[in-house]
Amino acid sequence: MSGKRLLRLLLPLATLILGGVAWDLVVRLNHIPPYVLPGPGLVLQTLISDWGVLWDSLLVTLVTTFQGLLLALVGGVGLAVLFSLSRPVEYAFYPYAVILQVTPIVAIAPILLIYLPQHVAVLACAWIVAFFPVLANTTLGLNSVDRNLHDLFRMCGASRAQVLFRLKLPAALPYMLEGLKIAGGLSLIGAVVAEIAAGSAGAGSGLAYRIAESGYRLNIPRMFAALLLLSVAGIVIFFALSALTHLMLRRWHESAVERES
Amino acid sequence: MAEAARAHVPIVRLEGAGKTFGNGTRALAGLTLDVRAGEFLTLLGPSGCGKSTALRLIASLTEPTEGRVAWREPPRPGAIGFVFQEPTLMPWATVAGNVALPLRLRGTQADDVSARVTRALARVGLADFAASYPRELSGGMKMRVSIARALVTDPEILLMDEPFAALDEITRFRLNNDLMAVAAALRMTVVFVTHSVFESVFLSNRVVVMTPRPGRLFAELPIDTPFPRDERFRTSPEYAAQCRRVSDTLSQAMEAKP
Repeated sequence: MSGKRLLRLLLPLATLILGGVAWDLVVRLNHIPPYVLPGPGLVLQTLISDWGVLWDSLLVTLVTTFQGLLLALVGGVGLAVLFSLSRPVEYAFYPYAVILQVTPIVAIAPILLIYLPQHVAVLACAWIVAFFPVLANTTLGLNSVDRNLHDLFRMCGASRAQVLFRLKLPAALPYMLEGLKIAGGLSLIGAVVAEIAAGSAGAGSGLAYRIAESGYRLNIPRMFAALLLLSVAGIVIFFALSALTHLMLRRWHESAVERES
Repeated sequence: MAEAARAHVPIVRLEGAGKTFGNGTRALAGLTLDVRAGEFLTLLGPSGCGKSTALRLIASLTEPTEGRVAWREPPRPGAIGFVFQEPTLMPWATVAGNVALPLRLRGTQADDVSARVTRALARVGLADFAASYPRELSGGMKMRVSIARALVTDPEILLMDEPFAALDEITRFRLNNDLMAVAAALRMTVVFVTHSVFESVFLSNRVVVMTPRPGRLFAELPIDTPFPRDERFRTSPEYAAQCRRVSDTLSQAMEAKP
C-alpha cells in the first residue's frame, strides 16, 4: 500500500526531472539563445531574481481569482437555490446561464473592458467562467434529494425554508464543493484571459499582464517564470479546495472516507 | 379484557380507497380496511399490489383518487410514525440528529428534544451510538435508528413499509423480536407492510392478504397466538400451521381475477 503510494508520488516527479533534463539538453546542445528558448536553469534563476515584481503581480491575480471564486460561489449557489424554488425563474434564466458559459471568454473580455473599469471587467470575466460549474453542480445536488426523506419532512410539517436549509442544501453540499473545485481553476483562467486582454490595452499589473509585457520586451525567461508561477498557483488552488472538501465531508460522505482493508 | 375491547375501535378506516396514478397505473382499487387501536396489522401481498400505496394514503403522503381515509379523530401532529423500506437517514447528521429531526421540525424545546431522543434510542438498543454517523452503522442498526426516529414523537400509529426486506435473516429475526417488544410495551397500533408470510405471522394480530395489482382486500386472517411471542414460537407446529394457512390464502389471492 505505502509502496504503491510512494510510486504514485515518485513517478510524476521522475517525469518532471526527465522533462527538465531533456529541455536543458535541447537548449545546450543546439546553442539556442535565451531570447528564443531559455533553459530550465535560467527560468528558475529569473524566478528568483525577478521575485519582487512577479510576487506582487501574482498577488494581484490571486486576489482577482479568489474574488471571482467567492462571487461564483455566492452567485452559483444563489441562482441554483432560486431555480429550485421557482420553475418559471429557472426556465427564464437557465438558458442564458448556459449561453454565458459556452461563449468563449476570450471574446467577451475585450467587450467588457470597453464598458467596465478594468478591475471590474477582470473580475467579471473570472466570475463568468467560474460560476457555471457551481450553478450546474448545486442544481444537480438540490435535485437529487432522497424522495423518502423529502416525504418525511412533509409528514413532519416542515416549512419550505426548513426543507431548503435542513435537507436540500446539506444534500447538495458534496456536489457544490465538487463544482467549486472546478470553478477554482476556471476562475484563474478567467482572470488571466481578462488580464491579457486588458494588458494589450496598455494597463494592469497581474501575472498574466507580466507575461504579455515580457513578450513585447523579448524577456522570454521572465515569460516562462511567470507561466511557471501561474501553474503553481492553479495547482495550489486545486489542492486547497480539495482539502476544504475533505474537511467538510470527512465525517459523513462516502467520497471523503478512507477505505479500510 | 380491556385489551380486547380497545382492539375493536377503528383508529383509522380506509373506505373504498383507491389510487390511480397520473400515468394511468391503478395501484389500489377500492380497499376497505379498519385499523383497530392497539393491533399489529400486516398487509401481505405480492410486489406492486398497492400495499405501500395504502400506507402512504394513511400517512397523507398521497391523496386517494377514489374513496376516502377516515380518522376516528384528526391525528395530532406527530401521531403518525413512518418507517420506510430504506433507513432513509440524513448522512450529514449524527444518529441523535437524525432521531431528533421530527421534533426539531416542529420546534420542540431543546432539553425536551434530547430527553426524548435518548429515550427513543434506548428503546431500540442504540443508546451508545448517539454521536455516530449513519455510515458507521450496519444495515440493521441504521434501520433501528429509523425506527427510533419514528418513535420519538410517541406516535399512536406506526406505519412500516417493508422495513426489514433488505436485511439478512438473522438481523431480521432480531429486529422482529425487538419491534414486537417495543410495540407491546408502548401499546402502539402498527400497520406493517411485507411480502414475507413468515414475518406477517410472527408479528401480527391480523394479516390482510391483498390481490395483485390493482390491489384489493382478498382475505383477513386473525393470528390468535397470544403475545409475547418468542423464538420458540418460530419453530412451533402452531406457527407452521398458521404460515401454511396464510401461504395458501396468498396463493389463492395471486390467482384471483381482478
